[in-house]
Amino acid sequence: MSSAAKRALLAPVVDDNPVTLHVLGICSALAVTTSLLPSLYMCLALTVVATLANTAVSAIRHILPTSIRIIVQMTIIASLVIVVDESLKAFAFETSRELSVFVGLIITNCIVLGRTESFASKNRVGLSFLDGIGNGLGYSVILILVASTRELLGAGTLLGYAILPTVADGGWYSPNGMMLLPPSAFFVIGLIIWAVRTWKAEQVEKPEFRIHEVHRTEAL
Amino acid sequence: MSEPEQKSPRKTDTVVGTLVVALVVSLVCSSFVASAAVLLKPRQVANAILDMRRNILEVAGLLDPESDVEALFDGIEPRVVDLETGAYVEDADPEAFDPAEAAKDPERSVEVPAEIDVARVGRRANHALVYEVRRDGEVSKIILPVSGYGLWSTMYGFLALEADGNTVADITFYSHGETPGLGDFIGKPAWRGLWRGKRAFDESGKVELQVVKGRVSADDPLADYHVDGVSGATLTGNGVTNMMEYWLGDHGYGPYLRNIQRGEGT
Repeated sequence: MSSAAKRALLAPVVDDNPVTLHVLGICSALAVTTSLLPSLYMCLALTVVATLANTAVSAIRHILPTSIRIIVQMTIIASLVIVVDESLKAFAFETSRELSVFVGLIITNCIVLGRTESFASKNRVGLSFLDGIGNGLGYSVILILVASTRELLGAGTLLGYAILPTVADGGWYSPNGMMLLPPSAFFVIGLIIWAVRTWKAEQVEKPEFRIHEVHRTEAL
Repeated sequence: MSEPEQKSPRKTDTVVGTLVVALVVSLVCSSFVASAAVLLKPRQVANAILDMRRNILEVAGLLDPESDVEALFDGIEPRVVDLETGAYVEDADPEAFDPAEAAKDPERSVEVPAEIDVARVGRRANHALVYEVRRDGEVSKIILPVSGYGLWSTMYGFLALEADGNTVADITFYSHGETPGLGDFIGKPAWRGLWRGKRAFDESGKVELQVVKGRVSADDPLADYHVDGVSGATLTGNGVTNMMEYWLGDHGYGPYLRNIQRGEGT
């Protein structure tokens, strides 16, 4: 595998992660991560859409008129999302009901359009394919981390199996109900971003301005 | 790392080129979406039916994860009932009857008068599909589809009554959009358990079954008819109360249930 290919595939996992570095795709990361199973389906759906959309847009990049390129990309993404949504309804009925509108909302997930516009419309088909998988993986890593934390602390289970026996079932763990509400996903994602940026200090953004105390003489 | 390609003027950057690309992309995408929808439709319909049956079996207390849903469902007989008279409609095919479709058809449905439409049903079909659970040829439970408006959403569920047409056996809600963590208590097993053994009608045939605010107090004379509510979700509880009032009332299953109580059900 060439270094460019490896970079397209692996950089989005940590170094160029769409969620923690670019802070994209947060809406679905909040909504579907109350438990692990729907999150896994959501990761799969997003990865499939991102990969196929990247491939398709890259394949037609030389004949795509500049004036309508965004709407064409949206059309391709929307078609893929509808097909994925319909497939989930046919093959994973229970999960598709839990995910409800959030599969459909992949259309508006900035990760997908962001990659087709910034990468696939300028790069070869093979590289675009890998970039799609890579960004899907980057999104999946964060979603799985958030969902595992929330399901474990919020319900004491993982994928429905009891890990921390809850008080209601005669165990010792008293579940943290807040973990099942959307705000907790903000906290967990925030902590993950903090951890990643402590580990990879180059990801810390330069402040756009600084607030500092103004000495009385300066103000005058 | 390879350099991104330079943007060069494209051959298709003309009015005709743009139109042709737009047309081709639309055609390809729409046929892709349409064929997926058509190919997957049978599976989706089968899933929806299976899910409905699973809900009915659950409220009937027959659901067993080990057994096949189809086989268990053999013990349940769907019947079409004329809501106005409460009589069975013998010439209607329960398999083909779709209450949701019928409620939209002005020929086969009626507007619910505003003063009794507490559950905000809007229109209801003239006929309804009820499910009778049979054991050794005798009806052991009656399952009634119910719906009504809660705080945010229309809640859809099934109410199971014992063969006397009065005692509650169970209740389930298979679709609702009530507040997660508060109003969604209606789907929780613990709360459903409170319904078992409650009674729907008092001696005079008035619907007394309702969800009260807070807990049912020990000295409540109607404790047999009252179910605990959840504080913070009073409006969802009121929605369930309204649903009972309408669907068990004269405009709902009232006439049918009176037939059952008189022993005139089959």
